[in-house]
Amino acid sequence: MTELERIAASRRAFLGMAGGAAAALSLTAGAARAQSRPAVKTKARIVIVGSGAGGTGMVNRLVDRLEGAEITLVDGRKQHLYQPGFTLIAAGLKPASYSVSGTGDWLPSGAKWVQEYAAGIDPVAQIVTTTGGTKLPYDYLIVATGLSLDWGGVEGFSLDMVGRNGIGAVYAGPDYAAATWKEMDDFTSRGGVGLFSRPATEMKCAGAPLKYTFIVDDYLRRKGTREKSQVIYASNNKALFSVPIVSEKLKLLFVDRGVDTRYDHVLKGIDASAKTATFKVAAQEVANPDGSKTQIPAREETIAFDFMNVIPPMRAPQVVRESGLSHSTKWLDQGWIEVDTATLRHVRYPNIFGLGDINGVPKGKTAASVKWHIPVVEDHLVADIAGSVGTATFNGYTSCPMITRIGRAMLVEFDYKDNLVPSFPGVIAPLEELWISWLMKEVALKPTYNAMLRGKA
Amino acid sequence: MKELTLETLIAVFEEIYGRGLFWTLVVLAGLITLGFAYVLIRDHQLSARRLVNAEIFAPLGAVGAVLFVLWFTNSKLGDIGGPIDWIIFAGIAIAGAGGLTIFMYTLQSILWPKKS
Ligand SMILES: Cc1cc2nc3c(=O)[nH]c(=O)nc-3n(C[C@H](O)[C@H](O)[C@H](O)COP(=O)(O)OP(=O)(O)OC[C@H]3O[C@@H](n4cnc5c(N)ncnc54)[C@H](O)[C@@H]3O)c2cc1C
Repeated sequence: MTELERIAASRRAFLGMAGGAAAALSLTAGAARAQSRPAVKTKARIVIVGSGAGGTGMVNRLVDRLEGAEITLVDGRKQHLYQPGFTLIAAGLKPASYSVSGTGDWLPSGAKWVQEYAAGIDPVAQIVTTTGGTKLPYDYLIVATGLSLDWGGVEGFSLDMVGRNGIGAVYAGPDYAAATWKEMDDFTSRGGVGLFSRPATEMKCAGAPLKYTFIVDDYLRRKGTREKSQVIYASNNKALFSVPIVSEKLKLLFVDRGVDTRYDHVLKGIDASAKTATFKVAAQEVANPDGSKTQIPAREETIAFDFMNVIPPMRAPQVVRESGLSHSTKWLDQGWIEVDTATLRHVRYPNIFGLGDINGVPKGKTAASVKWHIPVVEDHLVADIAGSVGTATFNGYTSCPMITRIGRAMLVEFDYKDNLVPSFPGVIAPLEELWISWLMKEVALKPTYNAMLRGKA
Repeated sequence: MKELTLETLIAVFEEIYGRGLFWTLVVLAGLITLGFAYVLIRDHQLSARRLVNAEIFAPLGAVGAVLFVLWFTNSKLGDIGGPIDWIIFAGIAIAGAGGLTIFMYTLQSILWPKKS
C-alpha cells in the first residue's frame, strides 16, 4: 500500500498514469501495423477459383500485399458456410444459421468477384472459363475449390431422404445438419441402433465422423437410453484415425464408451425404407487360439439401423479433375491436384497454387490447415511477383478438436510425419479429454476462422 | 495455431463478442479501472470499510462468472477434467470475484465520497 500511496500522491500523477497507458496502447497498435510490409507494385492478373475458407482468407491478404494487381475471385455460391459448425448444429447446440453468412460480406473492395462457377480451367492457355462463358486469362491461378461430396457414391441414397427414417447427413450443409439433429434427438430419446461410418476416400475433417459418434453416445447416456442401444462405428480400414497414436487413444475411448467397432467396412449403399446399410467388407485374416489363421474372404454385410449419419466419398470437383491438374500417380479415383507438399505450388505448372482441401497432400483437409496454407501460398506468390524466392513451407499441420462428449474434447494437432504438434505444449495435453479443448471448439474456433477469412490470422 | 500475436488475439475477441460489444467492454473495464485508480488517488488510501463492503459481493461475482461461462459454452461442472481445466476455472472465478469487488468499491467511493 505505501508504494501505491506514494505514486498516488497527486492528481497529476493520476493523469500521467492515464496518459502513459494510452501511449503504451498506441505503441502496441503501432507495432502491429509496422509488421505489414510495403505493398509490391504489379500488374499481374490473379484468378482465385473458390471463395470458401481458403480463397476468402487469401484474397484479403493479397489486396494488402499487392498494389495494382487485378485479382478476380470466381465462385457461384452466394452463401459462405462455416463448415466446422455443422457438427454443433447436428448436436442441437446451434441453429442452422450459425454456419451461414454471405460470401460477399467477407470480400475486400480491391478484388472482383465473378458470381459464377468455373466450368473449365486450361493451365496451358492460362484461362479460366466460367459457367456463363466468361473467359478469365490469368498470370497466376490459385485453386481453392474445396472438394465435392459424391452422394451418388452411396447406392440408393439421395439427399431428400435426410430428416426421415432416422437418416442424417451432417456433411451435407447447415439445413441438413439441423434435420440430422431432429432425427438424432428422436433416436436418442427412444434408443436403438446408431450406425456411423466414414468413406474410403480422403475426406475433410476426418475426425468429424468420430466426433458425431461420441456426441450421439453422450446424448443416449444423458437421456438414459444408452443401455438399450447399440452404437456401431464402421471404419473403412484397420484404424480409427490416420495418426497411429491418436487411433490407439480413440480405440481405448470407444472401448470405454462401449462402441461396437467394425473394421474394413466401406459403405456401399443404403435402403432407406428398410433402414439398412450395406457395407463392403475387405478380406480378413483372423488368428485362432492355436496359432493358425483363418481367411475370411471379402463379403458384403448388411446392418440394420435406427439412426445413421451418411458420409459419402469425397473427390475433387469435376472441373478440377478435367483440368489436367490432378495427381498423375496417386488418388487416381479422387483427383486431388499435384502440388509440392511443402510449397503448395503445382509441380507441372509453376504459376498455379493449391489452397485448402483440393490439395493432393497426405494431410491437411481442415480449416485449421487452410490457416497454414494461406501464408505459404502468399509468400511464394508475392515473392514470384517481386522477383525473389519464397521460403515459407507447409509441414502438414492438421487440427481436429475431437469432441468426446458435450463439454469435453481432445485438441488433436499433427503434421505430415504423424508427430503431435500441440499449440500449447505442456499446458493442453493433446490426448486428454479436457474442458478447455471443448471451449476452444465451442467458443474460439469460429472467431479464429472468421479472423482468418479477414486475413488477420 | 500458427502465431498468437496481440493482433490475432484482438481479432479473435472482436469476433467472439462482435466488434462494438468487445470495444465497449474494453472501454468499460478501462473506465472501472481508471475510476478505481482515481478514487485511490483522490482519497490517498484504500478504505478498509469500503473494501469489506465491496468484498461481500466477491462470491457473487465468482459464482456469477462461472455460471455464465458454463451456460455460454453448453458445459457443466462435471466436464472439468485435467489440471489446466481447474486453473482456467479458478481464473474465471477469481476474475469474477475481483472484478465485482473493484466495481463495488469504486461505485461506493464515487456515490458516497465523504463516508470514508
Ligand atoms: C461436418 C464438417 C466438420 C468439420 N469440422 C472441422 C473442424 O472441426 N476443424 C477444421 O479445421 N475443419 C473442419 N472441417 C473442414 C473445413 O470446413 C474445410 O477443410 C475447409 O472449409 C476447407 O476450405 P477450402 O477453402 O479448401 O474449401 P471450402 O471452404 O469448402 O470452399 C470451397 C469453395 O469453392 C467453391 N467452388 C467449388 N467448386 C467451384 C467451381 N467449380 N468454381 C468456383 N468455385 C467453386 C465452393 O462454392 C466453395 O465456396 C469440417 C468440415 C465439415 C463438412
